[in-house]
Amino acid sequence: MALVYTEEQEMVRDSAKGFLAEKASVSVFRKMRDAADSLGWSRALWVEMAEMGWAGILVEEQYGGLDFGMTGAALILEEMGKNLTASPFLSSAVMASQVLRGASEAQKQAWLPKMVSGEAIIALALDEGIKHDPAGSQLQAEKLGNGYRLKGSKTYIIDGFEADGYLVLARTDGEAGDKEGLSLFLVDARAKGISTSSTKLLDSRNYAGAKFDNVEVSGGDLIGEAGKGLDALEPALNAGRIGLAAEMLGASAQCFESSMEYLKDRSQFGQKIGSFQGLQHRSAHLYCELELVRSAVIKAGQDFEASAEHSGMIASLAKAKSGEVAILAANEGVQMLGGIGMTDEHDMGLYMKRIRAAQELLGDYAFHANRFAKWRGF
Amino acid sequence: MADLEQFQQETRDWLEENCPKAMRKPMRAESDACWGGRNFEFQSEDQRNWLKLMGEKGWTAPEWPSEYGGGGLSREQSKILKKEMARISARPPLQSFGIWMLGPALLKFGSEEQKKEYLPPIVRGEIRWCQGYSEPGAGSDLASLQTRCEDKGDHYLINGQKVWTSYADRADWIFCLVRTNREARKHLGISFVLFDMASKGVSTKPITLISGKSPFCETFFDDVKVPKENLVGTLDRGWDIAKYLLTHEREMIGGSGGSAFGARGLGEVAVSALGADDDGQLSDTALRAKIATAELDGWAFLLTMERTKDEAKAGQGIGARSSMLKYYGTELNKRRFELMMASKGLSALEWEGEASNEGELPRAWLRTKGNSIEGGTSEVQLNIISKRILGLPDPKVV
Repeated sequence: MALVYTEEQEMVRDSAKGFLAEKASVSVFRKMRDAADSLGWSRALWVEMAEMGWAGILVEEQYGGLDFGMTGAALILEEMGKNLTASPFLSSAVMASQVLRGASEAQKQAWLPKMVSGEAIIALALDEGIKHDPAGSQLQAEKLGNGYRLKGSKTYIIDGFEADGYLVLARTDGEAGDKEGLSLFLVDARAKGISTSSTKLLDSRNYAGAKFDNVEVSGGDLIGEAGKGLDALEPALNAGRIGLAAEMLGASAQCFESSMEYLKDRSQFGQKIGSFQGLQHRSAHLYCELELVRSAVIKAGQDFEASAEHSGMIASLAKAKSGEVAILAANEGVQMLGGIGMTDEHDMGLYMKRIRAAQELLGDYAFHANRFAKWRGF
Repeated sequence: MADLEQFQQETRDWLEENCPKAMRKPMRAESDACWGGRNFEFQSEDQRNWLKLMGEKGWTAPEWPSEYGGGGLSREQSKILKKEMARISARPPLQSFGIWMLGPALLKFGSEEQKKEYLPPIVRGEIRWCQGYSEPGAGSDLASLQTRCEDKGDHYLINGQKVWTSYADRADWIFCLVRTNREARKHLGISFVLFDMASKGVSTKPITLISGKSPFCETFFDDVKVPKENLVGTLDRGWDIAKYLLTHEREMIGGSGGSAFGARGLGEVAVSALGADDDGQLSDTALRAKIATAELDGWAFLLTMERTKDEAKAGQGIGARSSMLKYYGTELNKRRFELMMASKGLSALEWEGEASNEGELPRAWLRTKGNSIEGGTSEVQLNIISKRILGLPDPKVV
């Protein structure tokens, strides 16, 4: 398959571009940050995005979705990355709806129409420590009659504050570190015993910690098979990683574009600073790196569409490489802008913060380089 | 789609029937490569036959038009051919500067007569070409070249010297940049000519490299007579052809660095040399991390080469992007060989003897150092990207 976008995909990108420029540009994000809003995104705007079809972009048509494919979702995220748009698109529309593909008919009926309309969002409660490590989950799911009782806590849940539902990774068997014995539950946020609190990170997005204090769930709340939670989760993790890679591609492309504009505009020593070879060569190198990231992101989207379960290697390639290059793009951005890049007034710092978070979420460079190496047999 | 499936089946059947068994294993050394040409000594009858059969089908240059001996295949068909050849580990039937560099330039700038005369023998591997570009005083500043070409009425007379001419001592013909106008600005007095290396007045002298090998020569022209119909394109406007050809050369050099990642992985080399822990992971964790980084970059680069070609097909043209492939591919190849050397430890230093195949690895490692110099240095590529792609301003001359 050629590594180029189809016409339909280009159309999605164009409409995202226009919509975000009008409704969710960097200045909108900056206002939200200044307001220190714990939700971190706008419900009204999310409903508008849902009207564009974005909330259901990966949802099957019989539940009201578009079933458009990961490459299109990645293009929207790339544009969101350029604009620093905050929304539950990645958490709920990309990851949670991907998990729900493996859910029961009752679960789908209960949640998908509300998600597609923008009314409800579901967050994934996976990690418990300071590094992404689903297999390290200790949150207990004790058997209780036909159901389970959840005991434990989760941290740094993406869009977990005021979410309507949680996909909770819990241990039904084995101990922390075991890949087997984990199960995935879909739990209503109003269930008795769940308490959440907002966690403020440097990127001003929505994160939460959640405590599960003897939360009772039924067997029908299980997604897929008990003990096979990681398998049920894998496609969604791949989708999330590809999505973050696409978002970082957009964010770093924006850092790069701002840097290039500045190099062409700013004069020192009687000439444009962009004429200095010291800056030119670093710019050209960064250009090449960004091209590599784009290739990896396109390929990852195509691989995911071919087989969500088997796209892990290229998803890891895309996530690792995009994070590495995004950090470089943000660092070079601040350095090339000089003093102005250090000020809060300039947007470069906002990009730098979001990039730092995005490259850490769902596994950082070392995490994915390690996974990639295992796949490659070393 | 159905047509492509049929093509795939036919290709598979044809290769199954025609590719000699001995040509179905990866090349172990440089000496396994087939370069063709008037004086080439084939290693085996199989090697000769494989070239002959593929040349007749035009599949040594799959995407060239069939009227000039090429395969006449579409990009999709050509990808299938490549895949099917890889499936049976078929060796490339021919290595050729004619195919990689001169051909594309002739297809774009050559006259109909020139295309008909020169392209088919390239496809069949009958004529081996070399490239007369660099001179002792014209390296990165290639356009300052001085090799003189004078109009003598019914012929041109060429005097001067080239350097770093790859395999000049084994080539049959040369495509050569010469100065035809000393008055004009340096880029506007250059012409592109073709001539036989057997012409009177042509001599070559190999240059020994740090690898101990001599893939390059100094090439001398002493009153060499060249027929006037051997000029390609317009007199004094050879620089346009030179630049176009360079984009192909750069794609080729960058590509040869990247493609190594598709084959046997660095990780596999390191594991077999140094051993793995119980989980099958390379025991040396610091080296493992470095290799992982190189492999990630290698894969992303391979995908970028593929994408660049896919986009060129969709009418977006590769142009200055060849500088990206050249820069990144060669720098990557240097990293790759550093890691190969590290993986093989002290044994990688063996310079002679059968065990090391006469120091094949360390010599190849040293050879890669030239990748980021030949065909335009990494620094020149970065200059081109800055100017042509990023639109950054020229440095102010003080």
